[in-house]
Amino acid sequence: MTATTGTAPGTTTSDVAHAHHVKSERWKNTRAYAGLALIVIWGLAPFYWMIVTAFRDVGYTFDTTPWPTHVTLDNFKTAFSTDRGNHFAQALGNSVIIGVVTTVLAMLVGVFAAYALSRLHFRGKYLVLGFILGASMFPGVALVSPLFQLFSSLGWLTGANYQALIIPDISFALPLTVYTLTAFFSEMPWELEESARMDGCTQGQAFRKIMLPLAAPGLFTTAILAFISAWNEFLLASQFATSTTQPVTVAIANFAGAQPHQEPYTTVMAAGTIVTVPLIIMVLFFQRAIVSGLTAGGVKG
Amino acid sequence: MSTTVETVTRPSTPPSKRKRGGLNAGQGRRGLFLVLPTIVVLTVVIVYPLISAVILSFQKDSGLDKATGLFVEGGPAGLSNYTHWLLADCGTGRSSCPPGSIGSLFWPALTITLFFTVVSVSLEVVLGLWFATIMNREFRGRGLVRAAILVPWAIPTAVTAKLWLFIFAYDGIANHLLGFVGISPLLWTGDAWPARFAVIIADVWKTTPFMALLILAGLQLIGSDVYEAAQIDGATRWQTFTRITLPMIKVPLMVAVLFRTLDVLRIFDLPWILTGGGGGDGHATTTLSILVIKQIREGFHSASALSTIVFLIIAFVAFLFIRFGGADVVQRPPKGARGDKVKLTENPAVEAVAEGN
Repeated sequence: MTATTGTAPGTTTSDVAHAHHVKSERWKNTRAYAGLALIVIWGLAPFYWMIVTAFRDVGYTFDTTPWPTHVTLDNFKTAFSTDRGNHFAQALGNSVIIGVVTTVLAMLVGVFAAYALSRLHFRGKYLVLGFILGASMFPGVALVSPLFQLFSSLGWLTGANYQALIIPDISFALPLTVYTLTAFFSEMPWELEESARMDGCTQGQAFRKIMLPLAAPGLFTTAILAFISAWNEFLLASQFATSTTQPVTVAIANFAGAQPHQEPYTTVMAAGTIVTVPLIIMVLFFQRAIVSGLTAGGVKG
Repeated sequence: MSTTVETVTRPSTPPSKRKRGGLNAGQGRRGLFLVLPTIVVLTVVIVYPLISAVILSFQKDSGLDKATGLFVEGGPAGLSNYTHWLLADCGTGRSSCPPGSIGSLFWPALTITLFFTVVSVSLEVVLGLWFATIMNREFRGRGLVRAAILVPWAIPTAVTAKLWLFIFAYDGIANHLLGFVGISPLLWTGDAWPARFAVIIADVWKTTPFMALLILAGLQLIGSDVYEAAQIDGATRWQTFTRITLPMIKVPLMVAVLFRTLDVLRIFDLPWILTGGGGGDGHATTTLSILVIKQIREGFHSASALSTIVFLIIAFVAFLFIRFGGADVVQRPPKGARGDKVKLTENPAVEAVAEGN
């Protein structure tokens, strides 16, 4: 958009028209900033309400003051307490294990495919791309009954069998990884690799010294997206997790309160805050990279 | 480096510089070799379960036979698992499943899933377009706004659902705010229509940012000169929007709509945690995915039939979008002009957004 200077060339120069123009520009700006404020409120208000509630004394759960009154840290203590059969700390650890292993595996496998798809010319390339794209559109619920039968016959649905959660998570993380990385790779200046080799680097050196540093931001962004997708997964985990391998999403959904059938809102909001705040910090920190990764892949995490 | 150019035995020039044809042979083998691990893994985690679900769906569930009252072990079922859902046939003919039983819920669940999809995606397109237009202007604090809009997207859906459960509680803030405008408190997760709209509101809150970002990426491709030309020609704002903006962002918009449509068609976490699929008569928010999960506790084989039906519906919708809707997800170059690069969902847009500050 062009900058909004006081007088636009080509328009009438009479004072009345000028004043009108300035006024309408000012009105336009006001409206734009009102719109921006609305977007910020849209994104942050419910999130803010979660944090405020997390710090509220349980007796004031439904207080509607916009800031926390009767501030307490009890909810966080209760969230980590195992008295009511919640194992939140363990679930956090499980989510980290599942998220990290899924991300590493998806990246290890996906990076080769993305390299080939963006850089090499081979028969069946579009078939492979279509297959991976189809995989990213696959409904997770169609995996549940066959995998349940398979995993239960393998004895994976008891004890500490993290593979029962990690293997299905790959079905979401891998297509996302390949798709996003392919978009990143196809934007890279591969000619630099050629010229490095012309200057005498071996292919390995050219890749390590020239291409890898250039690819690092794309790899890192893709890893974040894959990790978020694994961290947020619920459907398959809710079916395949045991009490030992349960990730935080399932733990939060099943949080038990002091009385049966009564939702422990403040505790759940505290647990939600703990699960969300690290993600939010990460998102704020790598905001630009994440936006480019999201738009590159066009796949929801 | 002391090595000379001559020692580079196989210069790997990009394919465009090569003669077309046989010279690509080595690269072809390498390409297939590199994509092979991904193909193998996806076959194991997706294709194999899909095929076994189809096979399972033609088996009878073990359990009590409705007709005889005796326990039966299963065995081949023919199409009965499919007629069970599609005709609500519980063993004694069409529509024999008692009202409210899982077997009678396929069509209501399909209807409610389609309702969620149409309403949710429409609201997201409208709001997403609006948000993207606002964010497309130059302004200070752009980073802050983009970060704020990413927050709903980053929160795990399970937490989102619990958060909105709290907001929609009887004594919660939503009813409190409604009280200000004189509306009496709603049973958000108890009554049929409030429960349905609770799901839609939470979903729209969470996923509009994704839509807005993809649309924004498209908007940033349009040069300001196009708009200036339109202004000089005296186009109204509405004309500018419908004749310039919409056609120019069609591809990214359709890709976003495709992915969101498929997401809502398979929606599970949000209604499952927010309402348990209930509301109203007990299944007002039971989507297709929730129905599959409820059925799994009753019998795997009819659940497999249902999940196969869900898969077919989703594949059909994706096909319609890609074939007729202009959702050009894999931007395959035209024949004869095959480039070296695979273009995915408007890469210039990616650049534009990435460098947008």
